[in-house]
Amino acid sequence: MTLPVCFSLNVNDAVESVEASPETPLLYILRNDLSLNGPKYGCGLGECGACAVLIDGRAVRSCTVPLGAVGARRVITLEGLGTPERLHPVQAAFIDEAAAQCGYCLNGMIIATAALLNRNTDPDEDAIREALRHHLCRCGTHMEILAAVRRAVAYAKVERARRSTLDGVSPKAAKEVSP
Amino acid sequence: MINNLHSRRGFLKGTVLATGGLVLAVQLPRMGRATGPASSSEEAAFTPNAFVKIDENGITLIMPHTEVGQGIYTSSAMLMAEELELRLDQLKVEAAPPDLSKYMDPILYDQATGGSTSTRSDWMRLRQAAATARIMLVGAAAAKWRVDPAQCRVHEGTIYHDASNQSSTYYDIAAEAAKLPVPADVPLKDPSQFKVIGTRAKRLDTPGKVNGSVVYGMDIRVPGMKYATLAISPVTGGRFTKMNEAAARAVKGVLDIVTADNAAVAVIGEHMWAAKQGLDALNIEWDAGENGAVTVDTIVAKMDQVSQQPGVVIRDENKAVDVIANAPTKLSAIYRSPFLSHSPMEPLNCTLHIQDDRAEVWVGTQVPVRTQKAVADITGLPPEKVTVNNQLMGGAFGRRLDVDTIELAAKLLKDTRYPVKLVWTREQDMTHDYYRPYYYDRVAAGLDKDGRMIGRTHRVTGSSIFARWAPAAFKNGIDPDAVDCASETPYDEEAVFADYVRDEPAGVNTSWWRGVGATHNLFVVESFVDEMATATKQDPLEFRRKMLTKNPRALAVLNLAAEKAGWGQALPPGRGKGISLQVAFGSYLAHILEIEITDEKEVRLVRSVIAVDCGVVINPDTVVAQMEGGVIFGLSSAMFNQVTFTDGAVDQTNFDTYRVLRINEAPKIEVYQIKSGEAPGGVGEAGTAAAAGALGNAIFAATGKRIRSLPLAEALA
Repeated sequence: MTLPVCFSLNVNDAVESVEASPETPLLYILRNDLSLNGPKYGCGLGECGACAVLIDGRAVRSCTVPLGAVGARRVITLEGLGTPERLHPVQAAFIDEAAAQCGYCLNGMIIATAALLNRNTDPDEDAIREALRHHLCRCGTHMEILAAVRRAVAYAKVERARRSTLDGVSPKAAKEVSP
Repeated sequence: MINNLHSRRGFLKGTVLATGGLVLAVQLPRMGRATGPASSSEEAAFTPNAFVKIDENGITLIMPHTEVGQGIYTSSAMLMAEELELRLDQLKVEAAPPDLSKYMDPILYDQATGGSTSTRSDWMRLRQAAATARIMLVGAAAAKWRVDPAQCRVHEGTIYHDASNQSSTYYDIAAEAAKLPVPADVPLKDPSQFKVIGTRAKRLDTPGKVNGSVVYGMDIRVPGMKYATLAISPVTGGRFTKMNEAAARAVKGVLDIVTADNAAVAVIGEHMWAAKQGLDALNIEWDAGENGAVTVDTIVAKMDQVSQQPGVVIRDENKAVDVIANAPTKLSAIYRSPFLSHSPMEPLNCTLHIQDDRAEVWVGTQVPVRTQKAVADITGLPPEKVTVNNQLMGGAFGRRLDVDTIELAAKLLKDTRYPVKLVWTREQDMTHDYYRPYYYDRVAAGLDKDGRMIGRTHRVTGSSIFARWAPAAFKNGIDPDAVDCASETPYDEEAVFADYVRDEPAGVNTSWWRGVGATHNLFVVESFVDEMATATKQDPLEFRRKMLTKNPRALAVLNLAAEKAGWGQALPPGRGKGISLQVAFGSYLAHILEIEITDEKEVRLVRSVIAVDCGVVINPDTVVAQMEGGVIFGLSSAMFNQVTFTDGAVDQTNFDTYRVLRINEAPKIEVYQIKSGEAPGGVGEAGTAAAAGALGNAIFAATGKRIRSLPLAEALA
């Protein structure tokens, strides 16, 4: 076991300092040191996906990523995805499909879906099933989760359309319409 | 350290009543003795209940049952909102404290959540509690205004007297209402007036589950809390013989090493990673003890032997054995169902703070009273000095109906005086489960020359869970769960013989598992009914229909499922459909599963059609979710799962060796609900019980191979 070292992490767009040995899995740092509950411990083997987080926009299993390998990359957990007032489209879709039973796997399902939409804005059914096949759910929420992901794809399209409309507004025009 | 205990404002708040608040202690009529099992707590009367709380925080349902993902917090809130004339979002839900006198499940005779009894238990009492509260509140407002209560109306928690243009919120009149006598026998709404019950209300708990704000037992943080993880003897009854304590203490952050009964060791640390590293450094050596030679083969060989002797008779009508002996067509078979693990997504955990004069526990449990007693028994504290903070559960499937984990936590942490969160790794969880028993079934049947079943026998051999969990329900050697759906079927039967041989497997703890006895027995009975149809060259659907002359609700679900599944339509080669029909948990269900044998000789689940009559439906979306979830849970196990033992230790340690049906492997599932005015039946386990029989029958239809043992992966190998 190597000695603890001070690390600087970029988590949910804040810089966090932690002192730990570099082989400590990121999951333990997020849950223990940063008091985040979104990423869940489920298996510790990278089998179930409950611990997934986004690193530079890609879904990774935080139980298998050593702290020392994270570096300055941007880590987003479920807590950093959206806010209750401004939900991420994937979160909104899961609420609208009531796609949770016990909900313990949901962190991984939502993170995997957000990562899918980051790399493929219009995934078909096969792409959706492929993206989620390595995330386990014990309650059997499979149908609701698939429905929520389909809905999330639609919500993300609307969100992109809204953003591109805003982007098209010139700074001057934007200033004029703001109160 | 952030204290996140109160982050779920308005959802699962502390159980201490705010001062000045009103608790309407609702006097409910004692319910008739249900058909469920009696327990040692039988003397606890079903007397004053307190389910409604109105205070400055709002209107709260004090929830007698626990949320394991089945949606009960939402459907029970719907019952209460209906009679209190509230919108669902006006009602908060709070976990009931351990109190058998108020929160006992009248079917289970315990404060317990299991057996798909919650809605059946709460259907009357929560509506009565709410209606009683509403009548008292309206009565108080009417008295204040000096008007006739009958002239008042309630809308969304506000009482109106339109003629005098007066109104009052429930909260404003609550203190007055509390002074009124509690009325008895309050009238309930006519179902035609329902506004909430029967609607597709959104679950109350989803928003907190999509952003990480809900708190499961695993997420508990209390001030000063340390972390611990443990190793338990790999073999039941084993003991540790050697460990390197110095190496563990040398790990930075390790605080202490504690043991229990020479059979379990926990390392406590400042950090979970330190505790885990410390545990690894201990390098514990174990002596396996008397169960060190146990394998599944030794267990099954014994079951084969004991099942050849007569068991305790459950049902004996019209000399079934003689009828079969003289029948023109007779058949017999042995069916085997493996040990299974619960493995909920949230591994076992328990946070405990034991002090000299009191203790506090934070845990997700299906049995809060047993939890309190477990900590009290180990610590020597009186139960009232043990505070139980029940948490949301990341699944349970029966595992959290036992308190072995809480007892062990209390033994390990008895002498620590600071709070500790003890976490089972997935490996410790899976290898120290209380498993679904292995069952060994001998069945036989006789059919007459017209292919009519004229006699049936069924001998169940397996562990009795009731004998351990609720000895009072284990009467005269009969475990009513072990033979559920074996001795009684939905079909017309004249000559039946059913008996039970109790056989406790050496070195294996057994317990309730989603779908309980019905799951194993329906696999056997529904597969064997198919065998009878095959033996007499009859269509499995027609064969069943002819035997349902006295069971219109069962026939109706069977017909509906057959129609929706397109039974009888030609299928491409390699495909097959299988039926499973059941009356279980107070609900009627028919399942028709279509499968395909792929070019790689693997089983692909194509389409699952479920028709269900569960009486009055509280929330149709919840019924659909439970049917889908239940059938997937059952298919997952039937296809892949078994727990085996080598040298007394469990072979399956994590999800790499205990496979879960993946999202891309799920069939298309269609759920059809029959509209019914009957009292509600249970839905949480019904789908699970309907899975394996339909799967085995579909395999037979596709391949001609009869599945008489599970899991499928092994049976087909």
